[in-house]
Amino acid sequence: MGYVAVAGGEEAITNAEALVAFYRLKGGSTPVQVRQIREQMRLAVDKVMSEGSLYAPGIAALALKQAEGDGIEASFIVRAYRATQPRRYVSLPVDTRQMRVIRRISGAFQDVPGGQVLGPTRDYTQRLVDFALLGETPELAAGFFKKIGVQTSRSALPDTFPKVIDLLRREGLMAEPGDRDRALSDITREAISFPCNRSAKLQSLARGETGVMMALAYSSMRGFGDIHPYLGELRVGTVPLFINHRAKKHPVYLGPVLVTEAEIISGQYEDDQGIPKLTLGYGLCFGHNELKAIAMGVLDRTMQSQAPQRAPAEDEEFVLYHIDGIESSGFSAHWKLPHYVTFQSTLDRLRRTQKLKEEADTLGREPEPETPGL
Amino acid sequence: MGVNQNRKHRGYNFAFLDENTKREIRRKLLKAVAIPGYQVPFASPELPIARGWGTGGLQITMAIIGPGDVLKVIDQGCDGSVNAVNIRKLLVKTTGVATTFDTNAASIIQTRHRIPEEAMRQDQILVLQVPIPEPLRYVEASEAKTREMHGEMDYSRMWVYLYENIVQYGEITIGARYPSLVNRRYLIDPSPIPRWDVPKLNQAETLYLFGAGREKRIYAVPPHTLAEPLEFEDFRFRVEDFTGRSCIRCGATDTYMNEMYDSSSGRKLFVCSDSGYCDRRREQSVTQNLACAEPTGHPLGRVPPKAEALVAPIQERSRSYPTASKEAGALEQVVIEGKEAR
Repeated sequence: MGYVAVAGGEEAITNAEALVAFYRLKGGSTPVQVRQIREQMRLAVDKVMSEGSLYAPGIAALALKQAEGDGIEASFIVRAYRATQPRRYVSLPVDTRQMRVIRRISGAFQDVPGGQVLGPTRDYTQRLVDFALLGETPELAAGFFKKIGVQTSRSALPDTFPKVIDLLRREGLMAEPGDRDRALSDITREAISFPCNRSAKLQSLARGETGVMMALAYSSMRGFGDIHPYLGELRVGTVPLFINHRAKKHPVYLGPVLVTEAEIISGQYEDDQGIPKLTLGYGLCFGHNELKAIAMGVLDRTMQSQAPQRAPAEDEEFVLYHIDGIESSGFSAHWKLPHYVTFQSTLDRLRRTQKLKEEADTLGREPEPETPGL
Repeated sequence: MGVNQNRKHRGYNFAFLDENTKREIRRKLLKAVAIPGYQVPFASPELPIARGWGTGGLQITMAIIGPGDVLKVIDQGCDGSVNAVNIRKLLVKTTGVATTFDTNAASIIQTRHRIPEEAMRQDQILVLQVPIPEPLRYVEASEAKTREMHGEMDYSRMWVYLYENIVQYGEITIGARYPSLVNRRYLIDPSPIPRWDVPKLNQAETLYLFGAGREKRIYAVPPHTLAEPLEFEDFRFRVEDFTGRSCIRCGATDTYMNEMYDSSSGRKLFVCSDSGYCDRRREQSVTQNLACAEPTGHPLGRVPPKAEALVAPIQERSRSYPTASKEAGALEQVVIEGKEAR
């Protein structure tokens, strides 16, 4: 009785909602506190803020709880919430040279001014299941805090770090983006169009879904396209956010925002004067999400490709129309909705063409257009 | 009563969207009406309903709905379908408007994949949810290129596509989403309505508004505007064939029907996709007054609506909002009847 199942209506929806809550809680453990998610599922929260396009760790953590840990669903909740918020101010441009860095590395140079700062990274850990975590208690955590010391002397670490690409710029090795790229769009107020200006591109990338961006960037690294990226610099840290306020003379400080920034340096390219230069792909996203920042940097660069035959990752329309997790998940999921009417229409065509084929076969020749007016 | 009288929409603006967003959509709607069939880009902010689940139609409805409107929401022609229920719930929760299952009683109908069987009037608006607004997507994947093709009215590749269809299969194989030329200028995707519904767009009394939320496009087919499905002189556009079929609920032979299988007998059954119309026919057959709801007939040969349907003011019509259990009951009957018929 498929017909009944899909047309259950209001009661079914209400019951489904209750069942969702039931499945979340039926294990019987203490309900997860949003603070716990925010602090201990830090990277998941960061991903949700970035893909949901709203810097609100508390709401992102709550959304993760609500979505039982489903990152795309949580990002969707955050994005929908964001759309209801009035936009009263535009922040002043952030200079990431001012970033208070917790991690900063360069893959292009062995020794960079300020040094390589590993910071909190799993890069050099062995991915063994840590069974010790099974028995983690507040007491053990307290003991851990007592033991952990700061091995780096504080005075040796500067507040801010110079940028790797500034060195290359000074040497005249980097191509500068032209002035025509400086136009500012707001993709939440105006649908993107093509060719797309860089600001709209970067905005789209900044709220793109990590997985799909990684896959597209990976396709380029593997050889669909000719980008050979170097990681000029990757940094993670907080940047101060300011706005101009009518009532105040000076910019008003709003607070720190944790971001990940990746600068991708890539191959030779001739600038306006025909001088061979390096080019830059830029990645920046909310929170600590290195894969996304790197993928964004790579895609920003691939989309600048001048190649006559564009690989998928070099086609800005292909990239920008398919990286939004909210849009792609919504449409991929919508096939769950009934499509009886369209399917009926498809069946009608299929039966008709089958019949025509049969008729043609029995006559032993190709199908022929039927007589007009039938 | 009950849901109909629900006027609380605290915490959110009337009809959810803020007034600036609504204003933008209305401006884009005016442009869409002024240039029939032209796809107008709009901002399309996220809604609490998923992309691809009717957010384009929803935004249009939210932008045009007022407290006095009577709303009908259908999915596959059915008022009781879960997605229709969900969208109706959101709109009622944020506007408190009256709702109806009766096509004639509605001032705004939001729909997915169908145009109601009963002819609509000039004081009504049909809002269609659109997954893919670009008819040229069949032949060209790039949006930049299709916009250029529209600009130059270069639809040659679409014609070739149809021609190749005929060469390969002996027939145009497009089922729903049949490309149609509006006002002899812009080719549109009429949304995944069956071909059965396409002729209803042509020279209609009603304003048709199309919203694609994910793709961020709005377009319109205004009343009294040409909307012609692409066809060749010697190869005419044809609607779905239901010859010899009749609805097991209301006995109609001239409606768009969905086929289904009776799980116990394995028999193939047909039922009207327009549930509101089907219900009405059933009610009227009980009171032996089928004549009042004369069907519009075959879409290619439209029968104008009965005069009394035009005169009766909306207020006097019932605004029933059948509960889910009632609806489920009605559906249960479908199956029971199927068994009986066996």
